[in-house]
Amino acid sequence: MIESPVLERVLSAALRHGGEFAEVFAEDRSSSSALLDDGRVEELSSGRERGAGIRVVSGETTGFAHTADLSEAGLLRAAEAASAVARSGDGRTSTVAVTPLAPGSARSGGEGPAPGRGSKAQTLDLLRRADEAARSAGGAISQVQAGCGQSRRQVLIANSDGLLAGDDQSRSRFSVSCVATADTGLQTGYESAARTLGFEMFNEVSVAELAELAAGRALSKLTARPAPSGELPVVLAGGSGGILFHEACGHGLEADHIVKDASVYTGMVGQLVASPLVTLVDDGTVGTEWGTFSVDDEGRPAQRNVLIDHGVLTDYLWDYLRARKEGRVSSGNGRRQTYQHLPMVRMTNTFLLPGDEDAEEIVAQTPRGVYVAKLGGGQVNTTTGDFVFGTTEAYLIEGGRITEPLRDANLIGNGPEILKRIDAVAGDFAMTPGTCGKDGQSVPVGCGQATLRLTGVTIGGTAE
Amino acid sequence: MTTVTQGPTGGRPADAAGHGPDELMAVAERVAGWARTGEEVEVYVARGDETEVRAFSGAVESLTSATSAGIGIRVVVDHRLGFAWAGSLEESVFEETLAEARDNATFATPDEHVKLAVPDGVAPHVIDLWDEALASVPTTDKVEMALDLEARARTADPRIRQVDAADYGDGSVEMALVSTTGIRASSRKTMAHISVRVIAGDGDASQTAGGFSVGRGFADLDPSRAEEDAVTRAVRLLGATKGTSGRATVVFDRRVASTLLSVVSSALSGEAVAKGRSFFAGRIGEVVGDPSLTLVDDPTDPRAYGAAAFDAEGLACRRNALIDAGVLRGFLYDTVSGSRAGVASTGSAVRGGFAGTPGPGCRALTLAPGVQGYDEDGVLAAVGEGLFVQSMTGVHSGVNPISGDFSVGAEGLMIRDGKLAEPVREITVASTLQRMLLSLVAVGADVEWLPGIAAGQTLAIGDMQISGV
Repeated sequence: MIESPVLERVLSAALRHGGEFAEVFAEDRSSSSALLDDGRVEELSSGRERGAGIRVVSGETTGFAHTADLSEAGLLRAAEAASAVARSGDGRTSTVAVTPLAPGSARSGGEGPAPGRGSKAQTLDLLRRADEAARSAGGAISQVQAGCGQSRRQVLIANSDGLLAGDDQSRSRFSVSCVATADTGLQTGYESAARTLGFEMFNEVSVAELAELAAGRALSKLTARPAPSGELPVVLAGGSGGILFHEACGHGLEADHIVKDASVYTGMVGQLVASPLVTLVDDGTVGTEWGTFSVDDEGRPAQRNVLIDHGVLTDYLWDYLRARKEGRVSSGNGRRQTYQHLPMVRMTNTFLLPGDEDAEEIVAQTPRGVYVAKLGGGQVNTTTGDFVFGTTEAYLIEGGRITEPLRDANLIGNGPEILKRIDAVAGDFAMTPGTCGKDGQSVPVGCGQATLRLTGVTIGGTAE
Repeated sequence: MTTVTQGPTGGRPADAAGHGPDELMAVAERVAGWARTGEEVEVYVARGDETEVRAFSGAVESLTSATSAGIGIRVVVDHRLGFAWAGSLEESVFEETLAEARDNATFATPDEHVKLAVPDGVAPHVIDLWDEALASVPTTDKVEMALDLEARARTADPRIRQVDAADYGDGSVEMALVSTTGIRASSRKTMAHISVRVIAGDGDASQTAGGFSVGRGFADLDPSRAEEDAVTRAVRLLGATKGTSGRATVVFDRRVASTLLSVVSSALSGEAVAKGRSFFAGRIGEVVGDPSLTLVDDPTDPRAYGAAAFDAEGLACRRNALIDAGVLRGFLYDTVSGSRAGVASTGSAVRGGFAGTPGPGCRALTLAPGVQGYDEDGVLAAVGEGLFVQSMTGVHSGVNPISGDFSVGAEGLMIRDGKLAEPVREITVASTLQRMLLSLVAVGADVEWLPGIAAGQTLAIGDMQISGV
């Protein structure tokens, strides 16, 4: 994308007015999406975006500028703007030399040749198959929307420490949303699959199955009763979302919150913060999961980080800036949405290691509670630890059996309290993809867990 | 602490490639001129500048300056739509983007309702959304404002133990829209905002809150207002305990009420209605709310944050009545959804910049103020007993504008004897949107134009389920 001598000159220019660290992050992203709605292929969209973000760190201050102009002149202008924070006037001349992190270039998403964007005709076929499968699931299915998106993101990172790294990331995603209608009103169901992989994802993923799951969810809720209100035991199904850990502790373990003393987990390394059944890992190297990459957006290789080991907090997640402050190295969690954004500490694939109990047995041993088959999104206040997560498919558990479907509701809890209430973990582990939003930036993440039980969570339904 | 002595210039001349306001129109006209016979082409070109400053602990944590620009092209051939965009205004991308949009169109299903907007004769309101002075505010002044905001918040109250972030941001956007169907529109606007997030501490317990101030330019910003709002809200939550379950009347703070209206608005989209994704579908003329509920979307009101002369298809924005005294009166349409419903566009197309396609949506929702003329205290006094919600979480995961199911996390204060009493946290508030509209108890007259698509007004809604201990 940009030749090394140009990168070296731009980095030198970025440090001309002072500063300890300079970085060029260049990105070339192309994306395409297709949407089928209301029985019609409504829209195919293609986009192309390329540019570079340049940051200069001087003391506690980061200067950042970005440009869509990747010519040397364009990069030098951005370097000049980013260096405005460092006009300390020491006038020294920095010489920067960059060397590749690893020979060859990194690839995220398959071992084969660089994945293509899939032919448009093939994409349409997938969308129609999903539409058909969803509509065949029941006469009450009144609306179906299916979407397919693919992106290829090539990144190049060079910094004044001499690092030069790149990654070529292909991602694919397919989703189905259904509406079911009855005299009880409208209900919705959603399912998606997403991988760090090209079009070959569809060799592994059946879009008809996704459509049937989405349709089934909408249909089952037509006869659902309002969710209970108040505290009850909750069994989360394996692969129901894993968002519990993402919200209950994942965000709170991000070092940017820690160094600002804005997390309920600040100063708790070495302490018991969860049930001994909890071993929580964040791992950007897992197969072709949605949160996987070769190097992060600061050029650091993705790695596996154990955050909680048998209930004991072992470490936080780090990016370059926060790690530097603490005199350590990044954990490979510096990510950004695009070249127009500053990197910050983000999760990758965050999951609970499976336990050895039987999922059905866990339900059987729950006299009364709520069984959550699928979770939607969630949100957390890292400072107080209070978090919510929403159900999109849930049932009552009565007498150790899964019985009536429940309408959607949010569940609310406090991270450190809820993590201690996990009293059973099964072995039926599965991952799900999600989009994580933080401070205005969205990045792809994975969440995973096996079936587990929480001894009590507040359920925000309307039934008294 | 780093002092920024000289920043990027604040001026907004043509960029390196020569894209000033007139140049944007020229680009749009030129590319639209490449349309072939039998093709409708719409070209949307936009360019923006932004500056962001974040202060932390008495220093500048980050200073960002940037320019961005791009083009979005829609092509309609034989009632098939194709779209492509590029995040660049370099000459070389135009032809490639048009060709890609053209290719995409060949794959769409023909649909008689798919068409571009045509001029409808409605004259746009002239609204000045451009603050000329913003361009000449030195970066040092912006940095000083962020540092000042951070310092004020840190020292405002001994119980404030941290200022998580204090931000200043501003930007300008210019756009031009040209189509072969006769649309020719351009607009420009500036925005400035400050915001601060604080952490209040009392023993082991912490509480957080934020405050902000927004305007068209630097001079509109009020740091003391932002700071007081954040500090007051965080400090009054100290000592909060998990609330108790039960049914109650809930008073929603103005900011929270604005979010509520935004959620309801997605059920008022003509597209959602046409596709059976709205609980309002088929209910025009029916009672959907309390008689005190009158809702309009009026982007011609220059005080609205979302005010605009043109919609995202280049038609004049206009005032649209949606709910009148509890009776559902109308939906919001763009050209395609209007055609589907057999009506004209209501000038309500919105789009997410050059990388998005238009669809119907709200820009400036407001409720008619209640006849009692209540401010927040007035609403609290009228309600007497209940729950005051200061912030909501999980709106995206617990509010479904299709089914109407409503369940959100909340923190706030109990209302006792018509006044704010003890703080509560870690509770949920639930009902359905349908029932909430019918259970409206009071609408405040305290209209405040907030960032987003809806004004803020204190709202009281009866018979909601609280879940706690």
